[in-house]
Amino acid sequence: MRSRALSHIRICDFTGQLAGAGASRFLAAFGAEVIRIEDPVQRGRWDILRGNPPFVDARRGIDLGGAFNNHNVEKLGITLNLRSERGKQLLRELVARSDVVAENFAFGVLARWGFSYEELARIRPDIVYVSNCGFGHSGPYREYKTWGPIVQALSGLTFSSGLPAEPPAGWGYSYMDHTGAYLMAIAILMALVHRNRSGEGQWVDMSCTEAGATLNGPAQLDWSVNGRPLRRPGMPHSNRSQWPELAPHGIYASRGDDCWIAIACRDERDWQAFSRVVALPFCEEPRFATLAARVAAQDALDAEIAVWTRARENGAAARALQAAGVPAAAVQRPEERIDRDPNTAAWGLWPTVQHSAIGSLRVDGLPVHLSETDWSIERGAPCLGEHNERVFGGLLGLSSSEIASLREEGVI
Amino acid sequence: MIELASERGAYAGKLLADMGADVVLVEPPGGDASRRIPPFLGDAPDPERSLFFWHYNTSKRGIVLDLEDAAARARFCALAQAADLVLESEAPGRLAALGIDFEDLRASAPRLVWISLTPFGRSGPRSREAATDLTLLAGGGPAWSCGYDDHSLPPVRGGGNQAHHTGGHFAVMSALVALLARDVGGRGQLVDVNVHAALNVTTEAGSYEWLVARATVQRQTGRHATVQPTLPTQICCADGRYVTTGIPPRTPREFRRVHEWIEALGLLSEFPEAFLLELGAERDRIMDLSKVAEDAEVQAIFGAGREAMNLIASVLPAYEFFQGSQQRGLPTGIVYSPEEAMQDPHFVARGFPVDVPHPELGRSFRYPGAPYRFQATPWRIRARAPRLGEHQQEILGSDA
Repeated sequence: MRSRALSHIRICDFTGQLAGAGASRFLAAFGAEVIRIEDPVQRGRWDILRGNPPFVDARRGIDLGGAFNNHNVEKLGITLNLRSERGKQLLRELVARSDVVAENFAFGVLARWGFSYEELARIRPDIVYVSNCGFGHSGPYREYKTWGPIVQALSGLTFSSGLPAEPPAGWGYSYMDHTGAYLMAIAILMALVHRNRSGEGQWVDMSCTEAGATLNGPAQLDWSVNGRPLRRPGMPHSNRSQWPELAPHGIYASRGDDCWIAIACRDERDWQAFSRVVALPFCEEPRFATLAARVAAQDALDAEIAVWTRARENGAAARALQAAGVPAAAVQRPEERIDRDPNTAAWGLWPTVQHSAIGSLRVDGLPVHLSETDWSIERGAPCLGEHNERVFGGLLGLSSSEIASLREEGVI
Repeated sequence: MIELASERGAYAGKLLADMGADVVLVEPPGGDASRRIPPFLGDAPDPERSLFFWHYNTSKRGIVLDLEDAAARARFCALAQAADLVLESEAPGRLAALGIDFEDLRASAPRLVWISLTPFGRSGPRSREAATDLTLLAGGGPAWSCGYDDHSLPPVRGGGNQAHHTGGHFAVMSALVALLARDVGGRGQLVDVNVHAALNVTTEAGSYEWLVARATVQRQTGRHATVQPTLPTQICCADGRYVTTGIPPRTPREFRRVHEWIEALGLLSEFPEAFLLELGAERDRIMDLSKVAEDAEVQAIFGAGREAMNLIASVLPAYEFFQGSQQRGLPTGIVYSPEEAMQDPHFVARGFPVDVPHPELGRSFRYPGAPYRFQATPWRIRARAPRLGEHQQEILGSDA
């Protein structure tokens, strides 16, 4: 059964990829009616994920992309050709019945089609319009294009992830597509909270690079207040902890091929507990006796710890340290955290959806549970135009023959 | 909103406070432990000088309550019952042991939304495990995907407390859903946020390659972890700084622009593959990248586009490369440090850095600004983080 938390909210959804689709996905899982609008001429290809890998089997096609399915569960899908006057008129009717218009096109795309915020607000005065693009809708770079890795580079997140004397490691995925989507969802929801209290809609202009640049605050203050940049010799060293200053703190090789364990001692109690579990002479040495000493001799400390971890299987070592109350975790591979982690399993984190063309497959669930109006994810992403009858007929009141002629005329 | 102070939950509170929520930060006597996290103003450790605490607690008011004390506990419960939201990140069971329980409180405060933000959720397997930002990013999936081509180097934790941030994002998203559900249903509820789970669903292909195709991504330097290795996209420019070249040219127009740029820089003679760029420019439509493996011409053209971008980057300083490529419609990005992003002309033009007054110090300090631009109800840091117990009288009255 669909969640009823947001069943009173309708989203006119132009989002795509992950940076936008991830936002409306969250709302859809809580029961919002998310109507995904796609271009019939390009066969929905303004979202490049639509027909892209991974696939569940040998079949290929515009409806079969695994990532697209993951990011668009619980949404309705319609096609609408906005180059046509009739298409624009239908969009106006849809906007008039929507609470939110959401999009993550490049700068100016929706306005060029005639749907600037001013126009949207003429159609529906209390509309909430949230746009999310790389650099926002003002400023010298507003027309520049981005992908997740570019957003991460500009905002400081790539730089702040790495080891000394190496190039930036960055993020091995589009962290800012996920996170941009989260902040976009927050923007939509906050604007709805305000609308429900005041009756006032608004435009929220999101720049994904700005959103990313809010995620290294202490480093920025260290620069603006103390004049100390993060770009300096020996930094960043992001497997260590400078703020707070902790040691030991790192990711260490364990037994096996490409197997690793993360260990962090938060305080003297953790260090004592760690020492009892490891029980090697180095733990008693004066050069590691205090936090200040351990921080000063961290390279040597890490070398000693690595001797212990390398002789052990990472899961077993983490369990031994956890039993003593020390934060430790194997660097889990996808298979381990998805299929063998008791926490994600008990949480119900990997729901199975039914997709009209693909069949049944698992997707990301949500990491929250609400005691009264929890989320549900059961339906896969829409096939191209899958809900045309339901939306144009059921919602906008068009007859079957009208819908058929829209199809013939290439409007949908 | 009533927020029980913690390193883990402070960011969620800031997101709401900077958007206008009246967030009351409740600290124990002596202050929350996060006041002792560096860096400090002038490198002088002091609970009022932690820049970490400053950043994560803007726009909040602050009081001190010793929850071990029965009278203070009663005050806390009264505040909670008068609030829309309570946010806490306590270890599972700690508040219950003190006799503070959501089900009891809601009996006379049915509209209360209670957000619990914990490493592994409030109950169930692993909920009692100790965790930090590092161990959560390691166990939850992100670290597996981050690091270097050289797998003798460890996986890397993305810097900047991103486990706390990801948990915080879901805490705020869910709190807002609960508020909107309350608008129609009339009742509040309990929101259980699991940071480990949040990171598990914040790994993009790391999860869906396994879920869909039972394939495992492998980490690579400065680019996406993938099942099949890909070529580098992060390049060291002539000034020693890095850029990411993103997705190489794919459209005829992009190939034409790259060719023109190579020519303008006088590099044609150094780039014998330039004819492939011209072939790319003459194609009638966007390259179908799914054909790269099977179509030799597509592969050659695509490779030439990538090599052309690499060659240009090797002769230009990073900022010039970034500007030159973007102005030609070729998406690339310069790798900035966090402080460099604050100084970039675009970020400055949009007013991203904001100056926040610290009256008792007689000056203002520059903070990172708005993650989003609300036109009617703008994001704003209303005040610097509270000093310990600063709003005790104002909130608790004369008997405080």
